[in-house]
Amino acid sequence: MSLYQVQKLIYQLNRDPRTRERYARERDAVLAEYDLTDEERAALVQPDIGLLYVLGVNGQLLMHFAALHKIEWNDYLERMRHGLAKHGQVREGVYAATGYEGVEAHDARLKAEREKR
Amino acid sequence: MPLVYCGACSHAPGITARPERADTQTRQALYKALCKMGDDIRATGAEALIVVAAEHFANFFMNNMPAFAIGMADSYEGPIEEEAFLKIKRTKVPGNKALSRKLIEGVMQTVDVAYAEEWKFDHGIAVPLHFITPDYDLPIVPANINCQGPPLTPLKRAWAFGEALRTAADAQAERIALLATGGISHWPATPDSGKINAEWDREFLDRWARNDKDALLSYTDAEIYRDGGQGGFEIRTFVAAAAAGKGAKGTIEFSEPVPAFAVSATVARMAVISS
Repeated sequence: MSLYQVQKLIYQLNRDPRTRERYARERDAVLAEYDLTDEERAALVQPDIGLLYVLGVNGQLLMHFAALHKIEWNDYLERMRHGLAKHGQVREGVYAATGYEGVEAHDARLKAEREKR
Repeated sequence: MPLVYCGACSHAPGITARPERADTQTRQALYKALCKMGDDIRATGAEALIVVAAEHFANFFMNNMPAFAIGMADSYEGPIEEEAFLKIKRTKVPGNKALSRKLIEGVMQTVDVAYAEEWKFDHGIAVPLHFITPDYDLPIVPANINCQGPPLTPLKRAWAFGEALRTAADAQAERIALLATGGISHWPATPDSGKINAEWDREFLDRWARNDKDALLSYTDAEIYRDGGQGGFEIRTFVAAAAAGKGAKGTIEFSEPVPAFAVSATVARMAVISS
């Protein structure tokens, strides 16, 4: 497991336009500069957002990596849920899932509370 | 010149990225409160704005993570986020290198702060500025507390940083404002995005408004993680602003849980100047 290396690559992609250009042009050469396992490399290439999440990639890095791949917000959340269902709980870091009723149900509850006030 | 303004607000990317998903009335009230914060800062005649943020890997990574950092440049770029995602146009934001240097020299007397002659803004600074200085006409001094990559900056050190910023700002001839940005409880960018512990947030803001140092510093990271999520670690910026208040009391001008924005959207002000 080399989560640090996975996150470092995503960090560079998120903040540096030249790394993004290189990644689009010669992805394998960029990937070779990081010490990645086969599983990590495949997850980055696909990209398998659910697996990257379960591997422990910090959400603040992962959401931008998803946006870079034009993955819409709800789709991004859904892919993480799929990753949890397929691979189990987050293996490392502080971005574990804790359970949530969902924005729509939460909104409805808050609206009902506001109307009661 | 004593610090002319001290406040705190939310910076969640959803505020600009996904506005249509929030309750219209709540969104409009939040936008109004953020714009009023900009008016209030301008009304003080502020010549520079220190933004104490909890950046999200735009500049600092676990290869060399500073507990504290302050920018020292005449301009900054941002946001790093895709325009299509954050809905904020990338731009150049003015800084003030000479003033930054004086502030850093002041802060360094008591806190070992890193400085950076380049700094890319992310949503942590770009979202508040979008409302507060939409014309980007006020020089910014970006400052950061590590709230992202554990081990995190201890709360008591965040307090010391806020005190050091206040002392350094008070010693300058310029009129300086300070704004802390961050979430209270939130579980950002996870499948739990939208989850908010509104009760915990209210209690935290109550401690902040009372400027109760002991109560603000009593949280452990384990408690914050359990009750406020990984986003809750960003209370460090609010803690620094409370310290910069030098014992003054705060007012919560707006605070409502907004699941679509994944935070209790908040605008708050410390009364730093007695009138």
